[in-house]
Amino acid sequence: MGATKDPVIVSNATGCLEVTTTIYPYTAWKIPYIHSAFENAAATISGVEAAQKALLKKAKLKKSAKGGSAFGGKAKLVVFGGDGGTYDIGLQSLSGALERGHEFLYVCYDNGGYMNTGGQRSGGTPLGANTETEPAGLDSFGKSRNRKDLMEIVKSHGIKYLAQANVAYPNDLAMKAKKALETKGPSFLLVLQPCTNLWKFPTSRYVRLGRLATETNFWPLYEIEKGNYVINYVNKNPKKVEEFLKEQGRFKHLFEEKNKKVIKEIQKSVNGNWKKLVEMSGSK
Amino acid sequence: MIYMTNKIYKVKAMTGGTAAAEFLRQAEPDVMAVYPITPQTPIVETFAKMKANGKVLTEIIQVESEHSAMSAAIGASAGGVRSVTATSSQGLALMHEMLYIASGLRLPVFMYVSARALSAPINIHGEHGDVMGSRDAGWIQIFSENAQEVYDNSFIAMKLSERVKIPAMVIMDGFHTSHTVERMNVQDDKTTKKFLGDYKPEKSLFDFKDPTSFGFLALQNSYFDFKIEQAEAFKEALAEYKKITSEFKITFGKSYDYFEKYKLEGAEYAIVIAGSASGTAKEAVDKLRSQGKKVGLLKIKLFRPFPYDNLAQALKSMKGIAVLDRAISLGAYPPIYSDVVNALRSADCGLPVSSYIYGLGGSDILQDEIENVFEDLIKWKFSKEIKYLK
Repeated sequence: MGATKDPVIVSNATGCLEVTTTIYPYTAWKIPYIHSAFENAAATISGVEAAQKALLKKAKLKKSAKGGSAFGGKAKLVVFGGDGGTYDIGLQSLSGALERGHEFLYVCYDNGGYMNTGGQRSGGTPLGANTETEPAGLDSFGKSRNRKDLMEIVKSHGIKYLAQANVAYPNDLAMKAKKALETKGPSFLLVLQPCTNLWKFPTSRYVRLGRLATETNFWPLYEIEKGNYVINYVNKNPKKVEEFLKEQGRFKHLFEEKNKKVIKEIQKSVNGNWKKLVEMSGSK
Repeated sequence: MIYMTNKIYKVKAMTGGTAAAEFLRQAEPDVMAVYPITPQTPIVETFAKMKANGKVLTEIIQVESEHSAMSAAIGASAGGVRSVTATSSQGLALMHEMLYIASGLRLPVFMYVSARALSAPINIHGEHGDVMGSRDAGWIQIFSENAQEVYDNSFIAMKLSERVKIPAMVIMDGFHTSHTVERMNVQDDKTTKKFLGDYKPEKSLFDFKDPTSFGFLALQNSYFDFKIEQAEAFKEALAEYKKITSEFKITFGKSYDYFEKYKLEGAEYAIVIAGSASGTAKEAVDKLRSQGKKVGLLKIKLFRPFPYDNLAQALKSMKGIAVLDRAISLGAYPPIYSDVVNALRSADCGLPVSSYIYGLGGSDILQDEIENVFEDLIKWKFSKEIKYLK
């Protein structure tokens, strides 16, 4: 929010951010805010954006926010959705809004599962994680598939700016938010958000966990600006992914003898993704 | 057809779909969010051409589904502007979740429904099954018999919706009305714009001085109160409908009521029906009346809120009634029948009422079939069994 001086209107998908900030009769939002449902935050903002265009056309909106009318000025439109509301149930609505080219920023805060409803797996849950709906057990090592590559899905809509960020790197996140908000047309941020609920780690390790995700290359920080890849954080000697996994209860079972191959597979996937990213960015 | 007392209208040949688009041209909503589906498409296609030819400023969002159509319409309406959409059948079903959210947020979204059967089996033809599935969603619902009523009802629905903050759907029968060319009267642009006035929202997302949060989490201590408030708004809508139809009469010289009474005066037996088949039913009434049979018809227009008291008053002097529904409520009596019986019982009226279902999936209903329904009433052939006219 600090990344722009323009007024901001927020559309929020159903999720932990929504339920914790708008318990009637209170609201934590000091700016205009709308929550309508789970899968449609991008479609909802499409309507808000069209309303803004209509109002601008009718000259009801003043170009600057200083105006004295009820319509204060052209606003930045921001969506917040979790990974469930973005990778899964809201993907169609997001895709439609990106294709139509509405001017808005979509922020997916990604904690790798449906945590608000008690820790079910989503399309954003990483390989091997223990969730309530795909639990580890005698016959299972937890999530059997890799998460979707949401960045590539969003990128393929041909939008001008998208970036992967991490709450543990706030300066990097703010820089990306600013760029995203200055973009003409749609922009997108995929932000890693550690969650103590299902990741199962002490809250005191919150920032540490976030940092480990990037230091191990599990969650690289990068931007795709007009199709060009830029890596924002390069590890000369990246830590092993085990460092990130071992701190979390959801991966505890992977350290049992029978599941160790899964850790290898995760490491392989992390290495592969990093290599691809380096190639795309043209760096070495 | 009641003709107007003023002389500023034009006579035109229009389908229900083009009549809807013509209303939208005059109302010029700020935002339309829409997804194509048969038999709704004539509405949006006609309107899109108007936009392409610079006749309206409306922002049209070509969304990727009906769920997103209603979501975007909600977003726009929360933005404090007039927002509309249109759909049919599967589209309305896909919107279902969002219908409750539009009404729960008290946003006056306006929608045309070209009513059509629901899958499975898939069928694209006229029926009321889709709109009946939405009857508890907190929307004003108004049925139209023909293109003229589609047009006229739109003025009443949009004004009513904005006044009581309840979204509204104007319903036409898929194909029978949406695609059939009829002679109708179109009012002049100036009068129509004056009648509708500017939309002045109580709250808007674009009010940055007094920002509003839309879409709260309401827990056990408040959710119930929200629903009671909506129910009260529906009571208000019933009274406001009356006022708006009076304003409509003053402006356009036409009388509209909760329902149409056709030759009910002096009638002993009546049929209750909604939508395009009312025209055929009126022919049946005329024929039997010419034979000296005391029959009449009550055509449902305002369906939600349902005018229980007025309807009971209009029917209580009959000897017997048949309700013809173009929808099936599997495992129960059909919707209009149930509402009519409730209206009569709550007025302590114990008239016999028979239930007939007709025209599912666009199947024809013929005049002699309706005449036979009247003959059943006259011969006192009432039963608890639902009868199918097919």
